[in-house]
Amino acid sequence: MIGGGAASNGDAAPLLEVRHVSKYFGNVIALRDISMEVRAGEVTCVLGDNGAGKSSLIKILSGVHPHDDGEFLVGGRSVRFSGPRDARAEGISVVFQDLATVPLMSIWRNFFLGSEPTRGLGPARRLNVKFAKNVMREEMHKMGIDVRDPDQPVGTLSGGERQAVAIARAVYFGAKVLILDEPTSALGVRQSGIVLKYVIQARERGLGVIFITHNPHHAYPVGDRFVILNRGRLMGSFAKSETTLAALTQMMAGGDELERLSKELEKMATEPELEQVARELAEEAGGKATSGDMER
Amino acid sequence: MSVASTPVPAAPAPRAKGVGTDERIGGVRLVVRLLQRPELGALLGAVAVYLLFASVDSTPGHKFSSIAGMQNWTDAASTYGIMAVAVAMLMIGGEFDLSAGVMTGTSGLLLGMLITRYGLNVWVGIVLVFIFAAAIGALNGFLVIRTKLPSFIITLATFFVLRGVNVGVTLLLTNTVRFDITDKVPGFSSAQAIFGSTFLSPYNFQTAVLWWIAITIVATWVLTRTTFGNWIYAVGGDSNAARNVGVPVARTKVILFMGTAMSAALVGIMVALRYKGIQSGQGVGQEFFYIIAAVVGGCLLTGGYGSAIGASIGALIIGFAQIGIIFANWDSNWYFTFLGVILFLAVGVNTLVRRRATSARR
Repeated sequence: MIGGGAASNGDAAPLLEVRHVSKYFGNVIALRDISMEVRAGEVTCVLGDNGAGKSSLIKILSGVHPHDDGEFLVGGRSVRFSGPRDARAEGISVVFQDLATVPLMSIWRNFFLGSEPTRGLGPARRLNVKFAKNVMREEMHKMGIDVRDPDQPVGTLSGGERQAVAIARAVYFGAKVLILDEPTSALGVRQSGIVLKYVIQARERGLGVIFITHNPHHAYPVGDRFVILNRGRLMGSFAKSETTLAALTQMMAGGDELERLSKELEKMATEPELEQVARELAEEAGGKATSGDMER
Repeated sequence: MSVASTPVPAAPAPRAKGVGTDERIGGVRLVVRLLQRPELGALLGAVAVYLLFASVDSTPGHKFSSIAGMQNWTDAASTYGIMAVAVAMLMIGGEFDLSAGVMTGTSGLLLGMLITRYGLNVWVGIVLVFIFAAAIGALNGFLVIRTKLPSFIITLATFFVLRGVNVGVTLLLTNTVRFDITDKVPGFSSAQAIFGSTFLSPYNFQTAVLWWIAITIVATWVLTRTTFGNWIYAVGGDSNAARNVGVPVARTKVILFMGTAMSAALVGIMVALRYKGIQSGQGVGQEFFYIIAAVVGGCLLTGGYGSAIGASIGALIIGFAQIGIIFANWDSNWYFTFLGVILFLAVGVNTLVRRRATSARR
């Protein structure tokens, strides 16, 4: 059943787990000693500012780069991927930031792009259009979207709906672990909300979701467990019950840095708006102390 | 998104679609669907151009709108049409081929050389010419993929290389600018019957017209109903996205380049067999007509959008203009100006029509 978010349902092997993984590019340490796990029916949020090592981690998980140290387990078995194809075969699917959809093509064509269903043999082999449209409609319906016209170009969909197409496609083609790379970063408030809804839906359907973001306000409401990266290192790993939004924010940017930044801003502040920003930074930096939820 | 200068699609819909809200009425939907077709603007344009030249026709008995006139403009349009369809597929795939025109000359000359100088069976010669063209197309594609330079530049280089070779080799072998082809080799009459003869006896339509129609049908099937067609639209629309979902982008593009080169070979073979000889300058400058036909037919210059039927209609418009201007007794130089204006109008109409169609969906 769907886990309550606690780390205690120990015996079942996690869908995906990394233990003490490191990654070096020449003498640059991209990741050092990272451990995390992803369980079915849970959302694991990977949080970190720019340059924290989020994309290196995705690339290891999705098979683009092999890891250098440590262990990578899928369903309890130790694996070493030699390419994204291997990862996909294990049911690990990435929904990239740019979504991998072609704006001018219809929804059903995008849905099956690269894995087109066909019927007939030899020169009469053709796309099974009816099947493709029906499946697409069904899968989108499961995401809560009613597609009236399968021929509608994807480019006329909203950002959130396009995300839904990409997620539905990954799920249909057998994803067990869904890696969402900054799915809300390019979206407005409303569209971000819609995407968060899809994240929860994917979780409800029993997928393990890795939600990569630099926005704790998006991560906290949907996450079951949080992994915080900073400058290639693991800053902390928590179940939802063990942390608060404010604490997450504070750890993510590195509390000391935020505090210093707020002081500097205060010094420079001649405008009332800047003073306000400085106050907010100070508040976030001291997040652990105030400890209250900051959800608006 | 990354469709910078293209009119479609505009910003994402501002509202999420509520389930089961405004159910559209069938009639409206049909109109929207029609407006969305890339070839609609071209079809309207073709009707307008036809009516224009039918009305300014100054030949006795209004030849333009007679069957004899039809023989004339289908003849003119057919070779443009064969090429325009191939070029349109390449453009949908996001690339250009400026060497397509001169390739017709190279292929015809090569066929002439093989059968006249080496006495080869014409059919063997034809097969060799197709293989040669496929190789040149593959080279174009390979260079575009490998260097990541715009195909515009790569094929411009191919264009100039072949143009020089055509004239140079012809001059070396014949001391003239024309390569005459003997009909005293095995297979000539059967090959000519298929590639360069006529049908429907009193009117004598060119067999090229049948090739044109067949190629348009096959291309439409490939584009709309096959996996490869799906890939063509994808690599032209967003090659990164296509690569991410496992579409073989390089292979798709190379095959498209081979397609235009082999279509050029077909046209070159037709010209050579029909006229029993070929000029060394054959095809130079024609590449722009193919692109005009494709664009008039609704292809986006940025790729990812267009149709084979549209390109064929574009070629038909060029045929109308070429013959219509002669029948109207105008100075034939106005032909180019006319095509320029048509191109301009077509792009404008296409943009408008598509913008309306995509905005009507919200």
